[in-house]
Amino acid sequence: MTQRLATTFAILMALLAALFLLAPLLVIVATSFSPTPVFDLPSGGLSTRWYERITRLDGFWPALYLTLEVALISTAAALLLGTLAAIGIQRGKLPGADLVAALLVSPLMLPGLVIGIALLQFFRGAGLTAAHPALLLAHLIITLPFVARTMLAGLSRFDFTLIDAARCLGCNFPQAVVKVMVPALAPSFFTAGFFAFLASFDNYPISIFLTDARTKTLPIKMLQYIEEAPDPTLAALSSLILGATLLLLLLGDRLVGLNRMAGTGD
Amino acid sequence: MLSREQRPWAALLLPALVPLCGLFLLPLALLLPVSLTSAQGFSLAAYGKLFGDSYYLGIIGNSLKFAALTTFFALLIGYPAAFGLTYIKGKLRSALLLSLFLPLSIGVIVKSFAWTVLLRSTGVVNKTLMALHIIDEPVRLIFTQTALIVGAVNIFLPFMILSVYAVVAQIDKRLSEAAATLGAPPLLCFLRVTLPLSLPGIVAGTALVFSLSVSAYVVPTLLMGERYQTLPTLIAKSFLLTREPAFGAAAGAVLLAIALAVVILSSKLGKPRG
Repeated sequence: MTQRLATTFAILMALLAALFLLAPLLVIVATSFSPTPVFDLPSGGLSTRWYERITRLDGFWPALYLTLEVALISTAAALLLGTLAAIGIQRGKLPGADLVAALLVSPLMLPGLVIGIALLQFFRGAGLTAAHPALLLAHLIITLPFVARTMLAGLSRFDFTLIDAARCLGCNFPQAVVKVMVPALAPSFFTAGFFAFLASFDNYPISIFLTDARTKTLPIKMLQYIEEAPDPTLAALSSLILGATLLLLLLGDRLVGLNRMAGTGD
Repeated sequence: MLSREQRPWAALLLPALVPLCGLFLLPLALLLPVSLTSAQGFSLAAYGKLFGDSYYLGIIGNSLKFAALTTFFALLIGYPAAFGLTYIKGKLRSALLLSLFLPLSIGVIVKSFAWTVLLRSTGVVNKTLMALHIIDEPVRLIFTQTALIVGAVNIFLPFMILSVYAVVAQIDKRLSEAAATLGAPPLLCFLRVTLPLSLPGIVAGTALVFSLSVSAYVVPTLLMGERYQTLPTLIAKSFLLTREPAFGAAAGAVLLAIALAVVILSSKLGKPRG
């Protein structure tokens, strides 16, 4: 009886939490169809004019292109570096491996604002004043923790003797890695890439210190748009991003399974 | 020194460790001398100002209180919700997991704006409460501590639920059944079996949400406005507005120390026992 009550309560909390999390997203999608130029829920009809306005936002395309470029390159680099490091940590039986693992994940838990300021001062001191390379380097630090976290967990469940088995069956070492290890780790790669990409795509507190007048990422442009004219254009843009993420997640569910992406291992 | 077998594995760490040291540890370490410098050279003045003034001590207090409350409510909702997820199967579970992942794609700025729509005096929350006759006239919600905590919990809750869920989903349900069979009442069963097994999830989620919220900059700025200061807003102000890099760096060092303490404490507490 008590057990059933507790189970019902837990399920109810999960449903309420989902509703609570989706509430602002529903507001954003609803606002994007508002007929009036105020950031509020639509009243008196629906309109799609804010979607048409997105592309006419000042500097929208360069900002989107820059954000995607930085996110894709830094995520790809982080996937490579993070996976190699995770293999070294899981297999090397190295002294201080725990410390290295904690270090790899720590940029996620330390204040982005302080990292941004520290990088700004550091790049200035090193004579690096161009915004573009500075953003790429900084976003490697943003994406690396997400990759390290997921790959460390994924590799802890990978049976490395499978590689030896493949070699016994006639593969050389690179073949064994490509044919056995990469497919087995594919779900972890997808999960790590998804979270790393979103973290870079969304980043505000670090990027703000490293952009200049001509090189601005989308989140920074978005705050500028809000300050200039807080109309529903931003809601329309966010709804499109939401739609793209939903498609990516549905693909992830097919390829990996959402439950596995949540880090449960099955 | 490393043995011959260990060296190739250690070499795998290098490509990640080089940028991590050069672009993360070193720049952060270099912030410390900035905080210890004044026009006359070495000086502890920035720290003296930060810890000697009750106004600035209040700001440190604000940050800790905000992070503690956000973490507390995120755990209060997230812990049972994570268990709820383990009881749900199929399409509904997929939908609930989607609701955890989807909010991560929307920036804090736009989400905070959505909360101002919900919480304003003519907003959905006030209208619902009035329709249910819980209140007679609109309550001021926006720019209050309540709005700040609601918004912050909303933004950081997915991290709490995912951290706890990753651990509790792997708990063998037969263990608590065994305890029940052996005569343990449900509460004792929870306290002696389920709670200790879920502890690594609680520690990971608490540490993550606390460190994220103590560092939050956009949420307090948009939901509370300029007059409410926390360490991150003070740091941004010192660097961007008042041009006091030494003071900003000192506040940054304090914030960094808080976050580091959380990281170290959680890695000590989160280790499996035995």
